[in-house]
Amino acid sequence: MHEMSIAMSVIEAVLGKACEEGGVKITGIELVVGKLAGVQVESLKFCFDAATRDTLADGAELLIEEPEGRGRCESCGAEFAVSSFYAKCPQCGQFRVRIESGEELAVRSFTIE
Amino acid sequence: MCDTCGCSGDGGAVLRKPGAKEYHVHVGDEGGHHHHHEHEHGHDHHHDHGHDHHHHHGEARKVQVEQDVLLQNNLLAERNRGWFEARRVLALNFLSSPGSGKTSILEKTIPMLLEQSPVTVIEGDQQTTNDADRIDALGVPVIQVNTGTGCHLDAQMVQRAVRELDPPERSLLCIENVGNLVCPALFDLGEAAKVVVISVTEGEDKPIKYPTMFHHADVVLLNKIDLLPHLDFDVAKCRDYAMQVNHHLEWIEVSAKTGEGFDQWTAWLTSKLAAL
Repeated sequence: MHEMSIAMSVIEAVLGKACEEGGVKITGIELVVGKLAGVQVESLKFCFDAATRDTLADGAELLIEEPEGRGRCESCGAEFAVSSFYAKCPQCGQFRVRIESGEELAVRSFTIE
Repeated sequence: MCDTCGCSGDGGAVLRKPGAKEYHVHVGDEGGHHHHHEHEHGHDHHHDHGHDHHHHHGEARKVQVEQDVLLQNNLLAERNRGWFEARRVLALNFLSSPGSGKTSILEKTIPMLLEQSPVTVIEGDQQTTNDADRIDALGVPVIQVNTGTGCHLDAQMVQRAVRELDPPERSLLCIENVGNLVCPALFDLGEAAKVVVISVTEGEDKPIKYPTMFHHADVVLLNKIDLLPHLDFDVAKCRDYAMQVNHHLEWIEVSAKTGEGFDQWTAWLTSKLAAL
């Protein structure tokens, strides 16, 4: 379950910056986890609680935006929404998609007190 | 607690060597890279500062970050990649479910390649040096990374293992990841290519069940093809699924037992080694 590593990476990314900003408590963290990022959002939320325990972010609210995937067909050039890497072009029926977005896995912001 | 040295390296990755019972290195113990320690320090230190000098207590304030969650791993992976490129080391990341035959493929491949290139190996498993022992029997340098509870290798484990292994110039470095078709897909190690192994005793729909892994792969080795006469496995269907997930894939069918298909596989390796 790599979601624990992901949760730890989120905490690491945020704690250092929160200290620089002079925060004494992190009350919220906003993430962007694309639908094609390969991360289970439910598992991540579960791991987040464990990963934040006894840190500045203990009890912080986790907000996750999950953008849809977008792909472009390398055969006909059509752009379309994709929910998996196994995606059929609605225009030409080929499975030759290039993923344009939806693989985001980023910390957008955090809130400190 | 570590039962070899009694230190408190709980759950962290440990490097081991075949036949060297006392040898073990805890990844992240040396200065500078143990993020958790760093942050524990940072926490105490800045906590006091916050109280003494800043008067933000109680006022909520949002800080924009826009930073990749895996930034630390990705930066470290790029450092590994730069080192491999400068040293002309072809680093390959081998990935599969447990039991697809990654180690058997290495056992067959390495003796075939040794004439043209030195080979070194990093083995990743949660526990035991069993796979490293098998590689050690071939007489090539090998380091075992035991990830403990970890389900994948990361760039830091590889960086540490590479420092121990010290692969020679113009050589092949095979990194056998932890057997797992899910988690290792997300963690760049600095490799030149990802080689995914599936075997014909698995379902032919593996590529669409685990598309993230196949999306990130460069080469697929379909292993155990000597068993095809005894199975209903549909090779064409499996290949189609894989190509539909990632149409840039190199697809090679092999048997680590009989050596079938290894001419094509070693030709691919030779071409990559020649391009270093």
